[in-house]
Amino acid sequence: MVEAIRFRDDEPHEEPAGSLDSFLDQSNATAVRIEAGEDVRQLLPYLERLALIEVDFPAFGDGRGYSAAQILREQGYTGELRASGDVLVDQLAYMRRCGFDSFAPEKPIDPEVMERSLGRYENIYQGTTDQRSPIWKLRHG
Amino acid sequence: MYQYDQYDQQMVDTRVEEFRDQVKRRLAGEITEDQFKPLRLMNGLYLQLHAYMLRVAIPYGTLNGKQMRMLAHIARKYDRDYGHFTTRQNIQYNWIKLEDAPDLLAELASVEMHAIQTSGNCIRNISSDQFAGAAADEIADPRPWAEILRQWSSFHPEFSYLPRKFKIAVIASDTDRAAMKLHDIGIQLVHNDAGELGAKFFVGGGMGRTPMIAPEIRDFVPADELISYAEACLRVYNRYGRRDNKYKARIKILVHELGKDEYTRQVEEEFAHMKELGLNPPVEELARITEYFADPAFDTQASDELDLSDPDFAVWVDQNTDMHKQSGYAIATISLKPRGGIPGDASSAQIDLMADLAEQYSFDELRVTHSQNIVLPHVKKSDLYALWQKLDEAGLAPANLDLITDSIACPGLDYCSLANARSIPLAQKISEKFAEQGRQKELGELKLKISGCINACGHHHAGHIGILGVDRKGTENYQLLLGGSAAEDTSLAKITGPGFTEDGVIEAIETVTDLYLQEKQGDERFIDTYRRVGMEKFKEAIYG
Amino acid sequence: MKLLTGNDLKTGDVIWWNGLDWSRFVADAVDVAEDGEAILQREEASRRVNASYIIDAEQTDEGPRPTHIKERVRALGPTVRPDLTLKPADPNAADWVI
Repeated sequence: MVEAIRFRDDEPHEEPAGSLDSFLDQSNATAVRIEAGEDVRQLLPYLERLALIEVDFPAFGDGRGYSAAQILREQGYTGELRASGDVLVDQLAYMRRCGFDSFAPEKPIDPEVMERSLGRYENIYQGTTDQRSPIWKLRHG
Repeated sequence: MYQYDQYDQQMVDTRVEEFRDQVKRRLAGEITEDQFKPLRLMNGLYLQLHAYMLRVAIPYGTLNGKQMRMLAHIARKYDRDYGHFTTRQNIQYNWIKLEDAPDLLAELASVEMHAIQTSGNCIRNISSDQFAGAAADEIADPRPWAEILRQWSSFHPEFSYLPRKFKIAVIASDTDRAAMKLHDIGIQLVHNDAGELGAKFFVGGGMGRTPMIAPEIRDFVPADELISYAEACLRVYNRYGRRDNKYKARIKILVHELGKDEYTRQVEEEFAHMKELGLNPPVEELARITEYFADPAFDTQASDELDLSDPDFAVWVDQNTDMHKQSGYAIATISLKPRGGIPGDASSAQIDLMADLAEQYSFDELRVTHSQNIVLPHVKKSDLYALWQKLDEAGLAPANLDLITDSIACPGLDYCSLANARSIPLAQKISEKFAEQGRQKELGELKLKISGCINACGHHHAGHIGILGVDRKGTENYQLLLGGSAAEDTSLAKITGPGFTEDGVIEAIETVTDLYLQEKQGDERFIDTYRRVGMEKFKEAIYG
Repeated sequence: MKLLTGNDLKTGDVIWWNGLDWSRFVADAVDVAEDGEAILQREEASRRVNASYIIDAEQTDEGPRPTHIKERVRALGPTVRPDLTLKPADPNAADWVI
């Protein structure tokens, strides 16, 4: 089991993340796992209840999860948003910007490389759900 | 032209250090080639037929003398003393070493250049009209918008792992000089009835294996919502573009398979939500950027007269200069298609010379065209003769803009591992065959476009005459196509029939051009005659 | 015959397996026969080659000649710039490719 990486202050959620189908069948589940091709908007009615959403990356080049994360955060989801699967250190920064705050990579991630890469860009060009001010905002206040 | 502020400079500098670190880790074996490949592609570095090939970005085809000199310096220091200008207004070098790449990128960054996202499954160089800021027929200079799109698309965290590459073009005139409708997103700036500035969006164009002309999906997006509309288009693509088959992964396939109406519906749904998210830069940002594209200090007293007594000069003026919005000025195109030469290539000495000429004669500005030529956008008419003499001395004054020898050719099998056939020798032979100025002039506007494989980087689908190189049982073979156009009368060329040897296709081109001259009525260009007369007659002439 | 080829990781040079090491010259290439995959895996893992693969070739008087024209262009250099190939002084070099 590769160590998970978390950027949250709260306690890790205990309930396991079941499939989307099983989540929609139950009325009280608080964790769910989304496959790359599933429509994350199906979760929108349940965002208040959800404490953990795991989004899978079957291959690191499959970028659908980035949009899934953004959609969830845009709609007000504040729980844990976890990227799992083929999650590599060079993609973490963009994942963070799209709203992921925890990671369950298949292969271990070098913590030193991670720290370097997450802290590398002081500024950003475009607004995302991470609420950081894009450069155009810094230019004009 | 745009100049970086501290933020822009910091972004490119940081990117260099990030890539330096990634290269180090690759060389040390800390990441595999599969993991490294998208990272190096997003810095423009391909592993190509002969070595690593680097594609340097020239944003919307605009650069100045200092930047041109850096490109010449890169060619000398890191490559083999020349560069190749591409059909997306960029420049390529074919023998770059991976271990040199970070230093090379650092040198580029020192003159506000980079190779960011010139490859990979992300948003690529934003292209535009090579006459922007000089043409009389534009409603505004499209380049401030291209710059806003460049910044928005650079390091975009949601759209860096798309199903496939993504190409955007922006124009601001009805005349399309940028092949706008053959892009994934084509944007035309327009005014609405109230006189407000906005954009028409065309989505789902492209060439490659399945060429398509982008349908219009919105006739007016207000200028201050352009970015959120683009976000909506990209998000639908990122979520639903095909990822099962590399050859069906472009947005044109999604738009085609969903149908334009359904794709548009999904975009509008996404847009309704996204336009409330505060993603659009404020009007102050557009104003800030637009200032960089203000007119240079034109001499409003400049004479509009031209002494055309030198016949060679007159021929060049006639063919290679275009009308400027400012009286007394002209737009000059430097042809990189010398007789028998390699289309789009320029030696470091020629690049340096063009830098000097731009500084001296064109307010220090140059453009790269998607037809692989260079434009000096603001030349005083009284300077044209001196300019031409210097170009002529350097072999840069063929008077062939838009004539048959001004062909587009991809690098082909001489340089590209994707190719099935060599395209450059064919372009060279055709150039020799049709070299005689009188003959070329008689044929008039004739856009010949040559691709060495079905990926269509030579834009053969959009050629009045297009040639596609194929592999026929291990030998090179060439298919002939007719009737394509990348201009506002966008059309896709059709294949004539069975393919030819290299000599055979040259003969076929002679046949079709002879037929054109026979059938031509009035002022018709080749493409006009073809469209009126139809394929059958041409087919008959070629195949008997 | 089967040749093993790839690119030098650092420089990008086209290289050919000569039995013991990697050479920039296809004339030095050896027939890897059935051992190609094993050599490839080992050499990739040690990063002495990048993006390597096995190709078909014929043994000729001038040495191994790749079967496919693309590999011959790769072996020599661009036919349109003889000065930039591995045999700039040889006027017949392009014939070998074509």
